[in-house]
Amino acid sequence: MTVNTAVPKMYGRCEDCGIYNMANLKKLGINMDKWDYMIALAGNPNTGKSTVFNALTGLRQHTGNWPGKTVTRAEGGFIYNRRGYKLVDLPGTYSLMATSLDEEVARNFVLFAKPDVTVIVVDSTRLERNLNLVLQILEITDRAVVCLNLMDEAKRKQIIVDERRLARDLGVPVIPTSARYNQGIPELLEAVHDVATGRVVCRPHRVKSISAKVDNIIKPLITQIKSAFPNLPNARWVALRLLDGDMSIMNAIRDDGLGELNHAPAFNLAVA
Amino acid sequence: MSEQKVITLQHLKIGQHARVVSISQKCHGLERRRFIDLGILPGTIIVAEMRSPSGDLTAYLIRGSVIAFRSEQTRFINISIL
Amino acid sequence: MNKTDDILRKASKLHEQIDDEFHDQLAESLYADATRIADRAVSYTGEKPRFDFDRSLDRIVTSRIWGFPLMLLLFTLVFWLTVEGANYPSAMLAFVFIDTIHPVLHSWANTIGMTWWVSGLLIDGLYLATAWVISVMLPPMAIFFPMFTLLEDFGYLPRVAFNLDNIFKKAGAHGKQSLSMMMGFGCNAAGIIATRIIDSPRERLIAIITNNFALCNGRWPTQILIATLFIGALVPPFWAGIISALSVVGIALFGIVLSLLVSWGLSNSILKGEASTFSLELPSYRPPRFWQTIYTSLIDRTLIVLWRAIVFAAPAGMVIWLIANITIGEISIAEYMVHFLNPIGWLIGLNGVILVAYIVAIPANEIIIPTVLMLMVLTVKNAGGMGSGAGVMFEGSENEMMTMFSMGDWTLLTAVNLMLFSLLHNPCSTAIYTIYKETGSIKWTAISTFLPIIMGFVICFMVAFIWRLVA
Ligand SMILES: Nc1nc2c(ncn2[C@@H]2O[C@H](COP(=O)(O)OP(=O)(O)OP(=O)(O)O)[C@@H](O)[C@H]2O)c(=O)[nH]1
Ligand SMILES: [Mg+2]
Repeated sequence: MTVNTAVPKMYGRCEDCGIYNMANLKKLGINMDKWDYMIALAGNPNTGKSTVFNALTGLRQHTGNWPGKTVTRAEGGFIYNRRGYKLVDLPGTYSLMATSLDEEVARNFVLFAKPDVTVIVVDSTRLERNLNLVLQILEITDRAVVCLNLMDEAKRKQIIVDERRLARDLGVPVIPTSARYNQGIPELLEAVHDVATGRVVCRPHRVKSISAKVDNIIKPLITQIKSAFPNLPNARWVALRLLDGDMSIMNAIRDDGLGELNHAPAFNLAVA
Repeated sequence: MSEQKVITLQHLKIGQHARVVSISQKCHGLERRRFIDLGILPGTIIVAEMRSPSGDLTAYLIRGSVIAFRSEQTRFINISIL
Repeated sequence: MNKTDDILRKASKLHEQIDDEFHDQLAESLYADATRIADRAVSYTGEKPRFDFDRSLDRIVTSRIWGFPLMLLLFTLVFWLTVEGANYPSAMLAFVFIDTIHPVLHSWANTIGMTWWVSGLLIDGLYLATAWVISVMLPPMAIFFPMFTLLEDFGYLPRVAFNLDNIFKKAGAHGKQSLSMMMGFGCNAAGIIATRIIDSPRERLIAIITNNFALCNGRWPTQILIATLFIGALVPPFWAGIISALSVVGIALFGIVLSLLVSWGLSNSILKGEASTFSLELPSYRPPRFWQTIYTSLIDRTLIVLWRAIVFAAPAGMVIWLIANITIGEISIAEYMVHFLNPIGWLIGLNGVILVAYIVAIPANEIIIPTVLMLMVLTVKNAGGMGSGAGVMFEGSENEMMTMFSMGDWTLLTAVNLMLFSLLHNPCSTAIYTIYKETGSIKWTAISTFLPIIMGFVICFMVAFIWRLVA
């Protein structure tokens, strides 16, 4: 991956103004053959991931007001600031400790496809519930942007979210948006660009109590996983999942995690 | 006030608030995991919101979301009414 | 020998040492942090409003008394608006494409001296079939899809799933099967993919196999047209619209009942098992963006489905023209087929023309009605002298269509059974392909394909048998 040399962020420049940013955005639909950065859209069900996806790619991925609308991953692209971005819309999931097929698609992608930036779309009216997933994703990757969506609904429900505070606590950029009305999309783009190019370095929050309790137990397992799969971005998380009895994750690793992602997952028919 | 007697979630009446005490050990594996992923943990506040016309499914307000369960699941969740 | 196996062995040994508590603790630490961070970031501007719109609406929509009637009322309203609204635009389109452009094309072909069979194949086959598909299908879809999408965007679908859960549970099916079924009302292939939200393989298979009983959009134009012509005509004009709509709703409901019965049958035979547990989130109602929704559902759903129909209709039109014009002796292939299939058709209360049309339209059953109409001209051409040649569509007003049907010996029984058969036959080619992709199994694909068609034959036969006994 090509990482730009860290340009110190300047303010008051033309680049920081929303109108300029949108002019710099070229929606590519599905016409993608090369890209500089791959961006994944993850988050709880029904938080507006597909809406953000459509706003950025100009595609019309189906959206609908019920959890579980998207069950397969969709891809699209855009060019921003002369860089090619591939954007992947994932099914919504309550956690990364997957149970159903659509959730597994999301988990495997974040875990194995190693997106350059994971945009975590959260429902700002249910922050606590959504943060549970955010924290799990931040355990796996340190290149993330939190998209604080549905701000219009939060306002209607008289909820105020202090996004600066949140950004400080999570250690990643937090951008308030109302994706359906295209509000905040330019700022989101800018943040994604910053993280992708390395202009902004994230220091994601890690749950400390996890490490204290279990590190001793899993240390040998981590070492073993690391030596078997040196490319795995977060061996510790995999070890935790294994310890938790989630053996399906091992199959995913065995297939390089991607085998499964490339085909439509045919599920095990050994019933009856 | 705090030392209420413990009942299971399926007995919570519509409109009542409760605090989760524990998830029964009889509930394990995937089913337990699903509860936990949805944020049902000791200490969580749950409000019974509505019941389906046939009365089998009940929707609860849990950490800001309304989520419905069947009664054979909610009998595993021990609560104390607030 | 294998590193992966090594890791797995060690992991499962470690896993045995810990228990569910481990997962609990992991989740608890995550939630503890989440709560702390959220508490610091979130504040409320005012008192929470006493009146909660979502909860109040939910109490009505899911109430013991109003839940089911409201559901029926809403769906009937959607169908009724579709039936009533589609009528006029359909006639308009037929007027433009068939009454106006078609003769123009013919005279143009004459002036440039096109060979008869080329103009027949292209203008009377390809063009006419396409024109019919557009005028029969576009208006109902353009009305139904936006309305359905508005309901979906508002957040009504999960409430339907909430209300229906008990019935599905009794059938041994998953509570979310109602969601994939509702997606199936739009398109069965989409409904089959939507079954991925079901996490138990057994119940997912049931949902896949029974999705075909959700009357998809490709099949409504048939339902609507036949209902309007035959059933609406039984009552005074004022009631015609609502009665036709109700009969279409009746067929759709019958489909739901069958899908429940089949689910029950499957979960008591080859897919034995208890209904597994699940959780269903009921999201906040969100007022849909009206025009945006209408625009996107027109572009994304209506035009995509229509385009597919056209792609299948164009070659089918040529096939129809060919079988109607290639003769063996004095009789065309189509006539042979019709005569051959007539007895079987009679047995199940249909006729040879309908069965031939089904065979021609196997790849895409949404073009069945145009196919039937094109074949009709042929079987009754001696009696009526309509149309300008074998396999050519007549000018298509409703009255003429009705004359055509009665000359082809169509009765109310034929109409009812056509509606039933259109509900109960094999899934379209796209749906079959999707079933294969999703299950990866030829066995389940075959079961999903043949079960409905066998049921269609049996049910149509029974209806015809009883009808003839009584009438
Ligand atoms: N009011 C409001 N509604 C929004 C906003 N963003 C999305 N929505 C609506 O929220 C609903 C869900 O949006 P989707 O984009 O389908 O959500 P998703 O995260 O892709 O959902 P899944 O695919 O089920 O995980 C749709 O009805 C959108 O129109 C927003 O910023 N404000
Ligand atoms: Mg989506």
